[in-house]
Amino acid sequence: MEIIKKGVAGTMQSSDLMVFVEPADTLRLEIESTVIKQFGHLIRAKADEVLAKNGVTAGFIRLTDRGALDYAIEARIETALQRASAA
Amino acid sequence: MAKNSLGREIPETFNGKRYMPYKDPHAIVPETFHFQRASRMLKRNYSGASKVVGGLREAIIASGLKDGMTISTHHHLRNGDRLLNDLVKEIDALGIRDIRIAASSVHIVHAELIPYIKKGVITALECGVNGPIGEQISKGEIKCPIVVRSHGGRARSVISGEVPIDVAFLAAPFCDEYGNFNGFYGPSACGSLGYALVDAQYARKVVAVTDNLVAFPALPIGVPQNIVDIVATVDSLGDPKKIVSSTTKLTKDPMGLQIAQYAAMVIDSSGYLKNGFSFQTGTGGISLAVAGHVRDMMRERKIKGSFGCGGITGFFVDMLEEGLFEGLFDVQCFDLKAVESIGRNRKHQEMSAGLYANPFNMGAVVNRLDCAILSATEIDVNFNVNVNTESSGLLLHNTGGHCDVANGAKVSIIVCPSIRGRLPMVRDEVTTITTPGETVGVLVTERGIAVNDHLPELKAELIRRRAPVKDIRQLHDEIYAVTGAPKAVEFTDEVVGLIEYLDGTIIDTVRTVRA
Amino acid sequence: MADSQLRRTLLFVPGNMPSMLQNVPLFKCDSVIIDLEDAVNHAEKDAARNLVRRFLENWKDRNKEVLVRINPLYTKWGRDDLKAILPERPDAIRFPMCETPELALELDAELAAYERANGLEVGHFGILPSIETVKSVLNAYAIATSTKRIFGLAFGAEDYTASMGVARTNSGEDLIHPRMMIVMAAKAAGIQAIDSVFSDVNDMEALKKETELVKRIGYTGKCLVNPRQIDVIHEAFAPKREEIDYALEVVEAIKQARQMGTGVISLKGKMVDAPIVKRAVNTLRVAFAQGLVATPIDEEILNG
Repeated sequence: MEIIKKGVAGTMQSSDLMVFVEPADTLRLEIESTVIKQFGHLIRAKADEVLAKNGVTAGFIRLTDRGALDYAIEARIETALQRASAA
Repeated sequence: MAKNSLGREIPETFNGKRYMPYKDPHAIVPETFHFQRASRMLKRNYSGASKVVGGLREAIIASGLKDGMTISTHHHLRNGDRLLNDLVKEIDALGIRDIRIAASSVHIVHAELIPYIKKGVITALECGVNGPIGEQISKGEIKCPIVVRSHGGRARSVISGEVPIDVAFLAAPFCDEYGNFNGFYGPSACGSLGYALVDAQYARKVVAVTDNLVAFPALPIGVPQNIVDIVATVDSLGDPKKIVSSTTKLTKDPMGLQIAQYAAMVIDSSGYLKNGFSFQTGTGGISLAVAGHVRDMMRERKIKGSFGCGGITGFFVDMLEEGLFEGLFDVQCFDLKAVESIGRNRKHQEMSAGLYANPFNMGAVVNRLDCAILSATEIDVNFNVNVNTESSGLLLHNTGGHCDVANGAKVSIIVCPSIRGRLPMVRDEVTTITTPGETVGVLVTERGIAVNDHLPELKAELIRRRAPVKDIRQLHDEIYAVTGAPKAVEFTDEVVGLIEYLDGTIIDTVRTVRA
Repeated sequence: MADSQLRRTLLFVPGNMPSMLQNVPLFKCDSVIIDLEDAVNHAEKDAARNLVRRFLENWKDRNKEVLVRINPLYTKWGRDDLKAILPERPDAIRFPMCETPELALELDAELAAYERANGLEVGHFGILPSIETVKSVLNAYAIATSTKRIFGLAFGAEDYTASMGVARTNSGEDLIHPRMMIVMAAKAAGIQAIDSVFSDVNDMEALKKETELVKRIGYTGKCLVNPRQIDVIHEAFAPKREEIDYALEVVEAIKQARQMGTGVISLKGKMVDAPIVKRAVNTLRVAFAQGLVATPIDEEILNG
């Protein structure tokens, strides 16, 4: 999946997250979270997995997390990617 | 370092004092240790003249406060309190240093003290804290050894003289010139003065500080003239809007309501909900929702309870007036309705912290409690409860009466959501142990109810009623399956605080969080 | 055919709100309706679809019936909703704006095509059509009998009153006629009648009254938007003590009769026939769910 424009998904409500995606030459992932100390590793692992599953090799991906569970992280990244790759 | 019975590493000495590690809730018998009541010098006052010396500065000078001494205040004005902040400013202005603060509690509003900790005016805290001071201590940003005590434990430490208070500066909302005062009336009315009553009895010097000097005699007497040395006047003790600020609102969160419903089921199944029932609950939205269920059941079944206890809310006042309790024991008023009630209703009894929960006497009120609702920031699979630190490792909350009530009540019920912002609340180990699991009866979460082994009959009754009873480990596993396993917060070896159990033994320590 | 699924409470949960969605396993309702339609802004339809899909994929131990309210098939979202959701195997589709049997058959065909393509038994997915316009009320029986997937008719009062050009009231006299039409159509078709949401979350007394009213005229369930309403509705649908006692007597009588090999049973001089047994079993099923009887009813009793 190729990121051709900016894409945003999610909300700032608790248990949700916002995902910001934009084109870039390399793949870069930045994570901000209310539970970064305890769950930073799991959030990153999930994000990496979803990016790989969607064949994303380049782009700047930023997550602002409010304690979302894995299913929501996956869904929000997917949506942002779909929005950023749609013509 | 030695390990206490719960496996926590405890230093033998802290800030120059020796401490014993926690063993079990009944390990310390004061008689065998020859513990004595603290004594203070007898004094004689020949004069019937006014004790008003002027403002805070004059009172500090008159009290003889010197470097290295310990002062106390009470926290009945809660987040509206101005006295402690103003007091420390004056102490600093007088050039006095190395003061220990042994307040009954410290609130967020007292973050103003942080510069004075940095400056060396305050060098130790003999009390737990709420908010930024504890946060900065546990981040290692300020240095100030802290010993966190429960309400009962603090009363014990003052009464036994373990924490000798040189001068108690007691906010006195309704006070006369000869030192009689109560908390019922005036612009800074706070109702019960339960925490101050102990200090008034045991501090070496007692200063009544008032913003409402009334004609002699200030009746009814809460603290009497014969134990008050000095009276000081100030413009204002605090911000009345924040003094009795509890919003006594039932939760609307469906998960909170679910927890409340299960907790009510536990109380109903305990066998104690009958004539003579006694009950304590806090001010949180879930606690109040439980109280609502309890009230409804008592009404429906025409139950006449014995007493409601603790910090008192308007909700309990209504129950008293409806005839659902014989009386209320009030160590602290949480809202205006409670303040107004204690000032006129003799069945709404002011209660000192010692009467409430000191373990070393001929019986505290908590010993007479049937059921109590308590909160938690975390609980572990052995039912040990944390209320002091959060999962971040930061020291953010004082103990309150938590371990006192858990130990006293026949059924202590912890109400706690299973997850807060992805963080699982039922852990393998809690960050900090405030209350030992052996004194905890039941954990209620929205995912189910876990009953401790010492209450098998309650467990059987709940199962009979088809309540969602689960083993606490099963509950733990279910929650982790939802959240994933969090990484443990890392701490340094530097012990910056002690968590004292109600009997004076050390149940846990606070270490600085590794950045 | 009327199935035996207990559906007293069908809770709507917004599809784009994780904080509500992840509590679905904990709500004490009988069924949940995850909403992709009215609760989701047009701009967020794609996001909600992804979120609901991932949520269902991750929810392993389902403990209640799961319906998804898709957007109508004549909108640009309806078919995408199905495509995203069906792989996660909801029990049924809540089908909004179902005004005619043809619309129901259109969804039926979509579902059948998916079932065939994925090796599922045809008829796997149920349909709960929303009867929420004047036209659909008039077509209620035809809709109810259009496909065997339809296990109930769900009244939607908000849209109905809008289509009538009247305002909805808490007292509900504006809804008497459609409620009767729908319950009659459902009963004639042998399926369940499910009542509309009651939207004033703070008036529990009126909710109780409304639920008692619809129970009296034959409804067996009610939709709702706030979990706080669940208990009130369950209590209203709970059988009374006398009903339970009578049902227990009926069941006891029929057990004894079966043991003795008699076909015809009488209880206190009155003949007990199949409809009476069926009603007794239903009563006890609801009573057990409400914790009013200690043991679940052995439904084999119906078959003898």
